Amino acid sequence: MHEKSITIALAGNPNSGKTTIFNNITGTRQKVGNWPGVTVEKKEGLISKYGYDLKIVDLPGTYSLTPFSIEEIIARDFVLEESPDVVIDIIDASNLERSLYLATQLREIDCRVIFALNMADVARTKGTKIDAEKLSELLDLPVVFTVGNKNEGIDTLLTKAIELAGSTAEIQQKRKVKYSKDIENAIIKLQDFIENKVKAKLAYNLRWTAIKLLENDKIVTERILLKAGDKRNDLLQEVQALRAHLMDRFNDDPEIVMTDERYGFIAGIIKKTLTSSSQNRVDISRNIDFFLTHRYLGFPVFILFIWAMFQLTFSVGAYPMEWIDRVVTLFAIGMNNLLPDSVLKELIVNGIIPGVGSVIIFLPNILILFFCIAIFEDTGYMARAAFLMDRIMHVIGLHGKSFIPMLMGFGCNVPAVVAARTLESEKDRILTILITPFMSCSAKLPIYIVLAGAFFSAKAGTVIFAVYLVGIIISVVSGRLFRTTLLKGADAPFVMELPPYRAPMISSLLIHMWDRGKIFLKKIGGVILVGSIVIWVLSAFPANIRYSLDYASEIVRVEALYEAEITAAGKSERDVIEKKKDMAIAKLIMARRAEKTEKSFMGKIGKSIAPLFAPLGIDWRGSVALLTGVVAKEIVVSSMGILYAVEKEPDALQSALVKSNMTPLSAFSMMLFVLLYLPCIATMGTIWRETGAFKWMLFSILYSTSLAWIVCFCVYQGGKIIGIN
Amino acid sequence: MLLSEMKAGQSGIISAMGGTGVLQRRIREMGFLKGTRVYVEKYAPLKDPLELIVKGYHISLRVEEAAQITVDDVKQDFL
Ligand SMILES: Nc1nc2c(ncn2[C@@H]2O[C@H](COP(=O)(O)OP(=O)(O)OP(=O)(O)O)[C@@H](O)[C@H]2O)c(=O)[nH]1
Ligand SMILES: [Mg+2]
Repeated sequence: MHEKSITIALAGNPNSGKTTIFNNITGTRQKVGNWPGVTVEKKEGLISKYGYDLKIVDLPGTYSLTPFSIEEIIARDFVLEESPDVVIDIIDASNLERSLYLATQLREIDCRVIFALNMADVARTKGTKIDAEKLSELLDLPVVFTVGNKNEGIDTLLTKAIELAGSTAEIQQKRKVKYSKDIENAIIKLQDFIENKVKAKLAYNLRWTAIKLLENDKIVTERILLKAGDKRNDLLQEVQALRAHLMDRFNDDPEIVMTDERYGFIAGIIKKTLTSSSQNRVDISRNIDFFLTHRYLGFPVFILFIWAMFQLTFSVGAYPMEWIDRVVTLFAIGMNNLLPDSVLKELIVNGIIPGVGSVIIFLPNILILFFCIAIFEDTGYMARAAFLMDRIMHVIGLHGKSFIPMLMGFGCNVPAVVAARTLESEKDRILTILITPFMSCSAKLPIYIVLAGAFFSAKAGTVIFAVYLVGIIISVVSGRLFRTTLLKGADAPFVMELPPYRAPMISSLLIHMWDRGKIFLKKIGGVILVGSIVIWVLSAFPANIRYSLDYASEIVRVEALYEAEITAAGKSERDVIEKKKDMAIAKLIMARRAEKTEKSFMGKIGKSIAPLFAPLGIDWRGSVALLTGVVAKEIVVSSMGILYAVEKEPDALQSALVKSNMTPLSAFSMMLFVLLYLPCIATMGTIWRETGAFKWMLFSILYSTSLAWIVCFCVYQGGKIIGIN
Repeated sequence: MLLSEMKAGQSGIISAMGGTGVLQRRIREMGFLKGTRVYVEKYAPLKDPLELIVKGYHISLRVEEAAQITVDDVKQDFL
């Protein structure tokens, strides 16, 4: 039995190391990254320690308790509504002054706060020294130094937090910000009014409520007014009168004056606790930025990085891919020889192995791609990418910060859509969510590699690059279009902190990569396995179909014909004729198999939707494969593996595709269709959840699919007219 | 002088913050106050946005937003 359960919330400015510390305490692996706004959802972790059940809550970062975007609202609401026993304010010690702004506000809501002066290492190298004892005394709260990524000071922090949860001491009034006389008078007047006239039971600390009302905080005001009942209008009038009075007195909005005064209070604390040796040190981060955001070098380097990312994914990934391919082939041959003939064997050899095998070989590519994206995220380059791109994004009516979800979209669209939460304006956010799926995700990569590899051999890389480029162009053009029609208005201002570069920890990069790899493998063991079985069953049944030709007797006939020829021919020619015979028979067997799939359930489904895809140069098998891709894009390759009746040899799918009646032009058209058509189920669900509206999901599906059709129609028909094939 | 008119490598002291609304509040909360020294680190390659150093950290704003901020005592600075 545990004594007691304690809820501890981790709050603080964005990018101060909250999630790093959360992971240290709970032993989990929530995502960490070096840019503001990595965490956009609150995450809970339960542990038992020192005889307590601890509930640790990691919150998104906020600069103040006046939220501007969804993830900031989440953070504030947790602190306000759930009243955690202790709030650990994770402070970036190298950035003390600004961090104290949030701290002073936390102090005002009367919750128990403890400071973690994180990034103590960075502060040290920067030459700043913080007098923790003095700080603790001035604000009347415990202060602990920590280094999150080295797990230093975390135990002390936790014991102090537990200690604090048990204390009953009141927070002394003098430790809070004291405003100038006029404002203090207004606060007291309003407190009186609420206490004596409204008499409502308020959820929050009285003084804080009064402050927020004077600051005209929309959300809090709304909540208070709800509680005020019939006194609603009186309260509103009182607040307005007081605000008008202050406005008159200061010639500025009360909230602005109060912000100034809080910083005044902070300046006093800084003076007493912070000493910085102002010798000029080499700031590595600024030196790196000299190149990476340089006037002339910035963009070329940026393009080089993106190019290198894809180059690594394809060229380095090709080697392990070949090894896995060999293993899969050997396995297929082994199974073919070992298993006795049965339906089960058919299922395994013609269904599961080609279905799963054709996808699993792409594991290396996907791992490398995620590794590269993790490097962007962990070093701090993500924020620079947003900085560089803002001007271009602005032209199309978007925001530099929108570029972060878009870049993440190359990996997986699901977290990318969620990452759009950091955008302050609702319209910006929806716009970003709508165009993110056009950034081609890693699950589509296998399809491109198979198709481009089969039809463009040497130029495959260029063709795939072109497909990605089309995706980016389409997302930009769509963004512009939505901005001028559905989501009119200007984009929100661009305010973004640029954190210092940090050396990524190899272990954290590998863990990040492995976590994504696990998701991929789980998909293979789940939806792709099941999908392969379903597709095979649908393409193998009904079992007794009427063939257009009696293949069995035809084979016997052909065999006899060649046998006769062989006996008649001279010795030297026998081998040649023997080969001809084998080829003729193999052709018949292929034809039988093709007819069998064509007349199967799958064939019927395919044939019924084929007219829709015919103008795009996609045959019925391609159409079915695309249809199955709605579940998860990887399945497209599985379906093709099964439907194009793959031989048991390496690169089998590619050679089968070449033998089918597909042309380079139709392959390109199919790649474009894959790029543009509706996102996978998981992404659709996320779009629905994040936009909070079914209609946006529906819109996204309809828009992308019809766009895919139109683009492919133009490309295929246009290509045919000018004679490319 | 407006903040947006400053050159890279110059610093100035904020003397007035114009404009209203969300942005003005947010950047005030991040430490853009009257009397605070801001240093212009650089302009992005396409001349917008710009990177500033305020209270020891780096922040990026658009030129049109920087145009709301008036600065005094502009001088060449080494930071
Ligand atoms: N040098 C140093 N780096 C740290 C320390 N703590 C965390 N970091 C790094 O700082 C960056 C931000 O860490 P996160 O834990 O993602 O920060 P967060 O506060 O959760 O950020 P948001 O979720 O965006 O609000 C990462 O690159 C960490 O590796 C520390 O004590 N010293
Ligand atoms: Mg976080």
